[in-house]
Amino acid sequence: MHVATKDLLRLATIGSVDDGKSTLIGRLLVDTRQLFDDQLDAVVAASEKRGVGDLDLSFVTDGLRAEREQGITIDVAYRYATTPTRKFIIADCPGHVQYTSNMATGASTADLALVVLDVASGLKEQTRRHLCIAALLGVRSIVVAVNKMDAVDWSQLAFQRVVDEIETLSRELGFTSVDIIPVSALLGDNVVGSSTNIPWYDGPSVLESLEASEAGAWEHATTRGARLPIQWVLRQPGGGRTYAGMVCGDTLRVGDAVTLLPANIQTTIAAINFGGEAIDEATVGLAADVDLAAETNAGRGDMIATAPLPKVVNELATTICWFGERPLVVGQRLRMKHTTKVTPVRVKNINGVIDIEKLDIDDSHSLSTNDIGLATLQTADLMVVDDYRTNRVTGSFVLIDEATNATVAAGMVGHASFL
Amino acid sequence: MRITIGSLEYTRTLQNMTTTPLRPPKFTDHLDLLESHAIFILREVAAECERPVLLFSGGKDSAVLLHLATKAFAPQQLPFPVMHIDTGQNFPEVLAFRDATVAATNARLVVAKVQDTIDQGKVVDPGLLGSRNRLQTVTLLDAINDNGFDAAFGGARRDEDKARAKERILSFRDTFGQWDPRQQRPELWQLYQGKVNPGEHVRAFPLSDWTELDIWQYIEREQMALPTIYFAHERDVVMRDGMWLGVGPFVEPRVDEQVEHRSVRFRTVGDANCTGAVLSSASTLRAIIDEVTLANVSERGATRADDKFSETAMEDRKREGYF
Ligand SMILES: Nc1nc2c(ncn2[C@@H]2O[C@H](COP(=O)(O)OP(=O)(O)OP(=O)(O)O)[C@@H](O)[C@H]2O)c(=O)[nH]1
Ligand SMILES: [Mg+2]
Repeated sequence: MHVATKDLLRLATIGSVDDGKSTLIGRLLVDTRQLFDDQLDAVVAASEKRGVGDLDLSFVTDGLRAEREQGITIDVAYRYATTPTRKFIIADCPGHVQYTSNMATGASTADLALVVLDVASGLKEQTRRHLCIAALLGVRSIVVAVNKMDAVDWSQLAFQRVVDEIETLSRELGFTSVDIIPVSALLGDNVVGSSTNIPWYDGPSVLESLEASEAGAWEHATTRGARLPIQWVLRQPGGGRTYAGMVCGDTLRVGDAVTLLPANIQTTIAAINFGGEAIDEATVGLAADVDLAAETNAGRGDMIATAPLPKVVNELATTICWFGERPLVVGQRLRMKHTTKVTPVRVKNINGVIDIEKLDIDDSHSLSTNDIGLATLQTADLMVVDDYRTNRVTGSFVLIDEATNATVAAGMVGHASFL
Repeated sequence: MRITIGSLEYTRTLQNMTTTPLRPPKFTDHLDLLESHAIFILREVAAECERPVLLFSGGKDSAVLLHLATKAFAPQQLPFPVMHIDTGQNFPEVLAFRDATVAATNARLVVAKVQDTIDQGKVVDPGLLGSRNRLQTVTLLDAINDNGFDAAFGGARRDEDKARAKERILSFRDTFGQWDPRQQRPELWQLYQGKVNPGEHVRAFPLSDWTELDIWQYIEREQMALPTIYFAHERDVVMRDGMWLGVGPFVEPRVDEQVEHRSVRFRTVGDANCTGAVLSSASTLRAIIDEVTLANVSERGATRADDKFSETAMEDRKREGYF
């Protein structure tokens, strides 16, 4: 849904707690002069006040009182950066397992994951979990900052050990682009510029790698049929109606043969507008409104689609990241929000939980907090869906607790290929 | 899979990996992306919530927000009212702009006055010259309650402040209007869900991912009108707490203060007595964009006394229910 433009890259930091994600983002922002003077002054003053040295770089993003008191990231911070080559939207995510849902929040809109790990400890279970979630969410490119090289005396051997682990896991998870960089977020080595402490590494710095990476890589891979999930029906002055929504999957053009689902009415696009003005085509990500040639009673929750058409189902095989406090069990009732449609669902089956270490599925029949598992859901209404790997918008959903209205799960239609 | 470690680049071919032909979309302007995203959010919240309202201060961000809302529902009228929390310490130019803009969009305007909250005895009057900034929260929450609003659109941006940087696009508020930064709802993809129980509400921030520069570039692109005080003009000012304040009904020069006549403009618009001006000769949008591009002090740092109270001033106010 986030359209790829060459000049905008969305990235999320992932990795285990305390491995240096916030410090790295702080370093990146400070060394590329993204902070205003007063913001930098405030970080310096807060560092002094809390007795954590002259400049605690993690305070650039760890802006909540509790975060600074505890020295830990609790929720995602969004920061914006511009370099001569491109703009960045940075989501600095928390590493602690308790805040996995916040990490998933930050990673769900990312084109690229900036993985940070401590060279001394390598791939921890939490790092593996984050990588697994990023892969499930459809992130294809990762930049891996092997951090705290200063603490191991810049040892190439220590670096190489971690590299081997990352390579193996990346291959299993199917990442298509993996840059691995030895860094010290604390001292700045290989973050923006190069490092004299690491003469044996001659590759790009973290910034150079981020600037060179392909933005929106996976959006391109999802162009398989245009879809417009209807958000709102707009009444036109002449008495007609147009259907407003954000286009995904592929460009929608005037004259396109489309099907209105789930009603299964075939018609064509008679007109497309944006902000009240007629246009010829709506590219992916445009919040347009369209007029259909046929008279229909389409409304919010219906979908307009070009071939190949999405599936219309009331039973879904899904991958679920469960964030609820109590376990998810078979027979449980929840609400699902999928595109612009909200419907009651029942858990028909739970078909196992992912073992993060082995990357296979065990035979559990319930999901505990922060488990990722496979579940079959029955829906009260007919749902119009694509597999998540084909379309990130029409293949994703959240589950909502009916009593509290809290979002308790992220769900994807279908199963990742590594499972 | 392409793995790169320095100059060592090698490619591994994976089995079972399907590659789809690349077809980059034609969208290339990041302002288009931000605009469509904001419109999408406005429509989602309008559709899912029973009684939304758009908070409109007359500042540049809320002007952009209102402009986007008009686009989102064109050619229909706005499906929700616009609400101004009136501290009674406004810049007259901003009130004039508010009325002209709301009239042009045909929207219904709700005005909730801090003075009324004071008259009801709910808060203590800080006096003509004291700040009503914090009192607004009470007026805002009362107005949300009294009108039964379950969603309030705001023009806040994440680049404004480190607490705002942490906030969701749809931010849940309990029956006391409080924000709990430790208990935010997960917000995945663009699946914004704003369902609340009676008495609770959500704040929706369609401009979350916009920066100050994006706002100005968009205003220029859309040729939007703004209150005149955003542009350089001559004004009597005094230097107070490191900020230039415009002399007027809410700012009287103190004995030790020197009144100076300077060319200034406002970078943000808040209450007249706690919003600082910046020295500037930028009288056109182009000149303002150039100025913003080169600025080395943040927008709120340069102009807001209310953020200087403590390290976490914004977080503290937000927890209480502030914008
Ligand atoms: N020696 C050394 N210490 C580092 C480096 N980078 C970060 N640290 C330290 O590691 C600790 C944790 O850093 P953070 O940046 O807060 O870690 P994080 O990954 O953001 O942690 P969470 O967000 O809570 O998951 C701090 O004490 C940092 O100073 C580094 O390159 N070298
Ligand atoms: Mg952190």
